[in-house]
Order: sequence, then C-alpha cells, then structure tokens
Amino acid sequence: MSEQASDATGRGLAEQARGRVRFEEEALDYADQVFQVARHLADSKEEAEELMQEAYARAFRSWRSYTPGTNMRAWLLRILTNINIDRGRRKQRRPVERPLEEGDYALYDRLEAAAGGDSNADQERLLHRLSQTNIVDALAELPHDFRDVLVLIDLGEFSYQEASQILAIPIGTVMSRLHRARRLLRQSLAGSLEGAE
Amino acid sequence: MSESSCNMCERLLQLYLDGALNEIEARAAEAHLDECGYCRQHYRFERAYREYLRKTLTSERMSSELKTKLAALKTGAGSL
Repeated sequence: MSEQASDATGRGLAEQARGRVRFEEEALDYADQVFQVARHLADSKEEAEELMQEAYARAFRSWRSYTPGTNMRAWLLRILTNINIDRGRRKQRRPVERPLEEGDYALYDRLEAAAGGDSNADQERLLHRLSQTNIVDALAELPHDFRDVLVLIDLGEFSYQEASQILAIPIGTVMSRLHRARRLLRQSLAGSLEGAE
Repeated sequence: MSESSCNMCERLLQLYLDGALNEIEARAAEAHLDECGYCRQHYRFERAYREYLRKTLTSERMSSELKTKLAALKTGAGSL
C-alpha cells in the first residue's frame, strides 16, 4: 500500500472511530427516556435493568445500522422491544376473567362519584385519587400483548404504524389491543378506587 | 345530543386524541365536541388522565449503577 493510500485509510478509520464515539454518547443521552419505557415493558425494575444492558450492548455492536439524523430514541426502543420479545419472557398470565362491560367513561364516572358527584370538580384533583402504586400495579397486571402496545404508544409515543412495525402485528391488531388495554387499565383503576373507599 | 350519555363517540374520542383520524373525521369530532357537553367534559378528562398516567409512569429514574454499567458498554473510546 502506498504511503498516500495508507494515510487515507488511517484518516477513514479515525473518522469512523469518532463517529462511533458520537453515536455512543448520543445513545447514552437517551438512556433515561428509554428506561422509562423499558421499566413498563418489563415485569420489574430488575428485569428492566437487564433489558437495558442487553439493548445497549446490541445497539453499540450494531451502531452502523443507525442512520444519523433519524430518531435515535425510536431506534433504541425498537431494539429493546425486540429483545424483550425474543427473550421469551412471556409469562403466561391467566386470561382476563372480568368482562369488559364498562365503557371508556366508566373511570371518570367513578372518580366523579367518589368526589360526591361534583361534575365540576377539578380534573387534576379527581386524578390524584389514583395513586402511583395503583397505576404501576394496574399496568403491570395487563397481559403482555396488550401492555406492549399501550406502553409503546402512550409512553413511547409511537404511532399505530410504528408500533405495528416494531411488534410485527397488523395495524388493526394494534388498535384493538390498545383499545382493550386502555379499557382494562381503566377498569382496574376504577376497581382500586372501590378498594380505597 | 343527550348530556348524560354518548357511548357512540367514546371510541372516536380515543382516535381523535391519538391523532389517528383523517382531517374530515377530526373536523367532525371537533364539531361534535363543540355541541356535546357530555363528550367535551370527558374529552377534557381524557386529556388530563393521559397526561397524569404518562407523568406518573415515567417518573421513575434509572439508578446511577445502571448508568455506570451502560457507559461501561461503550466500545468507541477504546478504538480511537
């Protein structure tokens, strides 16, 4: 190899290494946001931490497949969601026994009733009747298939189309699972209000 | 429109909040919200509920130990 060609190769390698450093730093800047989604895709904080390490190790290995300038948070979350599915940690949950007989407005009606039927009650004040523990537990109790869709769309802020691509399911399935997941969550939260009264 | 129930547009409201309606459907939903106090009230609640859930569920921070472990996975610095 000529000296000139050798210099060019050296410059190319140095540029590639700098690109990799930039990529890794940017990916780490998103770690908090990725963790917030991972925390609820996984069954526990410990499992979420394992998932994060696995996802970041894979992301750092396959950094060349990331297109600079595109949504890195979404790219990282795609990797993480796929690992979560691949890990086969799909614990069989009992089928939902409670029929979905209540409509989407049932939680609001229950909160309003708990506030003494005051339909003008401040929304924030009504919502504070739902404790963080109850919300986290109610979400964790959702069947995985439903929870994944709800977490990706409502916490990950992915579109129906993006969630469909990540989970490799038809968009109609995304919509029906999301609808059912939200309704189950509301139903569970409404139930937690009954227990608290 | 009855002010005590409007089950027909419950699902439409979710799609509207998700930004999943086309322009014509979204305009129809907005027109409905203008005239139906029942749905307007639930729409305001739904927006607040979603925001409350999002804030509540994303309040947990990553541990400093995990941050350190992730940083240790970096490989780029060693190849400079």
